[in-house]
Amino acid sequence: MTQVTLTVNETQYTRDVEPRMLLSDFLRHELGLTGTHVGCEHGVCGACTILFDGESMRSCLIFAVQADGHSVTTVEGLAPDKDNLHPLQQSFWEAHGLQCGYCTPGILMTMIPFLRDNPNPTEDEIRHALSGNLCRCTGYQHIVDAVKLASEKMREK
Amino acid sequence: MDLLSQHAGEAKILAGGQSLVPAMNFRVVQPSLLIDLNRVAELSFIREEGNVIRVGAMARERHLEFDASIEKRIPLLHEAVPNIAHPQIRNRGTIGGSIVHADPAAELPMLMVALNARLKGKNKSAERWIDAKDFFEGMFTTALESDEILVEIEIPFMPPRTGWSFMEVAPRSGDYAMMGVAALVTLDKEGKCNSAKLVYLNAGDGPVDAAASTQMLAGGTLSEKSIESVAVHASENEINPFGNIHASTDFQRHLAKVLTQKALKQAAQRAGESQ
Repeated sequence: MTQVTLTVNETQYTRDVEPRMLLSDFLRHELGLTGTHVGCEHGVCGACTILFDGESMRSCLIFAVQADGHSVTTVEGLAPDKDNLHPLQQSFWEAHGLQCGYCTPGILMTMIPFLRDNPNPTEDEIRHALSGNLCRCTGYQHIVDAVKLASEKMREK
Repeated sequence: MDLLSQHAGEAKILAGGQSLVPAMNFRVVQPSLLIDLNRVAELSFIREEGNVIRVGAMARERHLEFDASIEKRIPLLHEAVPNIAHPQIRNRGTIGGSIVHADPAAELPMLMVALNARLKGKNKSAERWIDAKDFFEGMFTTALESDEILVEIEIPFMPPRTGWSFMEVAPRSGDYAMMGVAALVTLDKEGKCNSAKLVYLNAGDGPVDAAASTQMLAGGTLSEKSIESVAVHASENEINPFGNIHASTDFQRHLAKVLTQKALKQAAQRAGESQ
């Protein structure tokens, strides 16, 4: 077992883990943060996308021990409080950007840095940014609409 | 380096992990020891030096994508990197990891061959430089020994009057391409072709340099006709695609021909504009 100390959603955690444990499994099973979903475990589906030091990455392709000393943000860290959603989440709600919801956390965590770097994206840029996240419900049109709506909401702020 | 020399043959080097960890998740590889380079900060530089850009093996693909000196000095690399998988993968994946993995369908190995890069291998006691054209020995196989790691990549500036193009066709954006080509055309002062280079991905068991085809262009003018005959020669005689579930070998050859024509045209036009 190896001791890791990392910050997740601005809270510091210390745990003893097997070196082989994936960060995605660590978040779900050790910390109980089951908002990060696990789909394909080989980096294709994007369901497990989290922010690692502020940038989107696949948590299924990083070992928990590699996150020692780093900062991770999961979907649970987006909303400012219990009663309010993040404008990106609110936009997914309003524009029907989710159906079964399995892919949603990964898409949100992909779009946070995307909208930070591209506050006024074109539809084409949104579609390109979405290409690393699969939606088995194929609800892409509404997801694109939701991201577009979010970019408008977030620019107004 | 001590750990690697003690465990040569059984230890695996972990760079960005965007190929190794999927393989481990599928239990296709089960190394007894992983040596993680992610905390070796001195391997993640990108810097100009004389007429080359030196890149540490652990520089992330995302850093290559946004590096201003790469954009200016090696525009082929700048233009090609966004074709590697998705942003989430490029945020973690490294130049060195992709090169050493030596996947014939990957972009960075063929770009290294196209750009005449040199690769520095290091073991516990010595270092050596290997030309990219000698580095890739076959599918997932490189010239590195089991006690060596790749530490640095040296990429020369693209020469003056050089145009470039990178084109690939993938089933979906970010997927492995069914076929891809990097083209470089250097014109002389009279506007004739001084040298040209075409290197393909997913066209054999490693990067495929269609040297005999591009030789046909040397000293001549790039015309619709000469470009077409080079594309035909390269796609029929020099590449050796295997085919897969997305594309038959015939379709891969067809893609290679069409992409070669488009890429050579774009490269020649850009070379002309820089006259």
